[in-house]
Amino acid sequence: MKKRSIRRSGIKYCKVVGDLGMSKYKLDNTYRAIVLGGSAGSFQGITKILSSIPDSFELPIIMCLHRLKHVRNGFVEALSIKSTKPVTEPYDKEKLKKGKVYLAPSNYHLCVELGNSFSLSTEEMVNNSRPSIDITLETAAYSYKKRLIGILLSGANKDGALGMKAIKDNGGLTIVQDPNECMIKTMPESALQATTIDHVLKVTEIIEFLIELDKNYK
Amino acid sequence: MWSINYYGNWIMHNIEITDLKRLTQLVKDNHGYDFTNYAMSSFRRRVNRILDLYNFSSVNGLIEKINTRPAFVEEVVNEITVNVTEMFRDPSFWREVRDHIIPNILLNHQSVNVWHAGCSSGEEVFSMAILLREMGIEGKVKLIATDLDNSILDKAKKATIPVKNMELNEKNYIRFQGSETLSKYYKEENGVAVLDPTLIENVSFRKHDLVRGGIFNKFDLVLCRNVMIYFNQNLQNEVLKKLHESLFKYGYLIIGSKESLIWCEIANKFIVVNNEEKIYKKIRD
Ligand SMILES: C[S@@+](CC[C@H](N)C(=O)[O-])C[C@H]1O[C@@H](n2cnc3c(N)ncnc32)[C@H](O)[C@@H]1O
Repeated sequence: MKKRSIRRSGIKYCKVVGDLGMSKYKLDNTYRAIVLGGSAGSFQGITKILSSIPDSFELPIIMCLHRLKHVRNGFVEALSIKSTKPVTEPYDKEKLKKGKVYLAPSNYHLCVELGNSFSLSTEEMVNNSRPSIDITLETAAYSYKKRLIGILLSGANKDGALGMKAIKDNGGLTIVQDPNECMIKTMPESALQATTIDHVLKVTEIIEFLIELDKNYK
Repeated sequence: MWSINYYGNWIMHNIEITDLKRLTQLVKDNHGYDFTNYAMSSFRRRVNRILDLYNFSSVNGLIEKINTRPAFVEEVVNEITVNVTEMFRDPSFWREVRDHIIPNILLNHQSVNVWHAGCSSGEEVFSMAILLREMGIEGKVKLIATDLDNSILDKAKKATIPVKNMELNEKNYIRFQGSETLSKYYKEENGVAVLDPTLIENVSFRKHDLVRGGIFNKFDLVLCRNVMIYFNQNLQNEVLKKLHESLFKYGYLIIGSKESLIWCEIANKFIVVNNEEKIYKKIRD
């Protein structure tokens, strides 16, 4: 059994490679949501993930991706085509539901409220971005505390780094795309600098992780 | 909770729900503003921002300051409210107003009463004024614009916009397919775009609180865009009742492009006229 140690020390988050049939990640069914951030160079990774997870995938996936401000339509459709499940942009105060994939709408920040619903906000841009990944991640971390998984993919700015820190500080699980695989690695690298990242994974490994995670919910 | 400080770094403030409750209670009991039912996630972010801007180490510090200097509340309100706005935000919506909504109202009415609820620094009102001028019906339409925030209303009345915002406004105007160029309506002076004052000379800007204020008039068209997103569901229900009551039967209500009435108790008193642009019509009293 070959062990690859992850950036984080400690036994709990140690990934075991090539260990067929056994759980690679110590996972359980206490998580309530997954937040996924990405920017420049993340589209392929996102579509690969969305097309590979089972359509019965249980946890809600909340995506915040940097996108063109004035293109209100099209993006969600483009993602839906590649996805095993429909992707929707939540309305303000929409309730989060199991098994759904959500995308932050253009020109709004997407916040997660206590009590499992979304709120939108037009407040100032953060890291030059609206939607800002930091805001979605941080509000989700505040609401879900340790029952949240944050995943950050390729991107050209540091948006998301402090959101990942908020997730970690609240006891959640943090994953970034392996910078070596990223088209633009600034985003995952900023997160690695800002906080402890539990797993540094390639997109195919993120998919494995999610599939394995989902088994705990069946 | 994180936000950017002056040095471009982030500061974390640990803000508990109980801190927020103490703050809203104080402001409600002593200062006439009621934020108790604002959406928690954005309200918390705004409070964090105030702690940053004024260098408070905790919500307690902020509360103390309000107690020693009551006038400070106005600044707090100004920072709590999100005033970010654009001219011709969602250009396709403005085309719809020009091509269908206003003409429809004018089929049955000689004049039109419009209320901009939560008008912020006025961009939405300026857009409407330009639209009406281009339609040649300025004289038939009465605009009333209200907001909770005194200082943002003062800004709206001045009708000046930072030049850096004009690029976006121009782009929106082009997508709106106005009949002129936007630059026809303003001139640049010392880094600000000064709007043609005749555009808003008949607009009435007033302070009005959607939460605590009453019904003050009846309208054919109410725009309340990107305001109720800062409220929780209960407060949205309450405010929607007031908006409903402020509309003539068959009047139009327009909300922001990512808002929805479907979770509101009195949604059945409206029908959807245009779902994409979030235009509703009151069909029951
Ligand atoms: C984001 S701006 C919306 C501006 C414009 N309608 C738009 O869509 O671009 C929200 C405005 O709502 C105002 N507001 C917040 N609470 C309010 C209340 N209780 N009563 C009236 N206005 C309120 C704020 O002061 C702010 O100017």
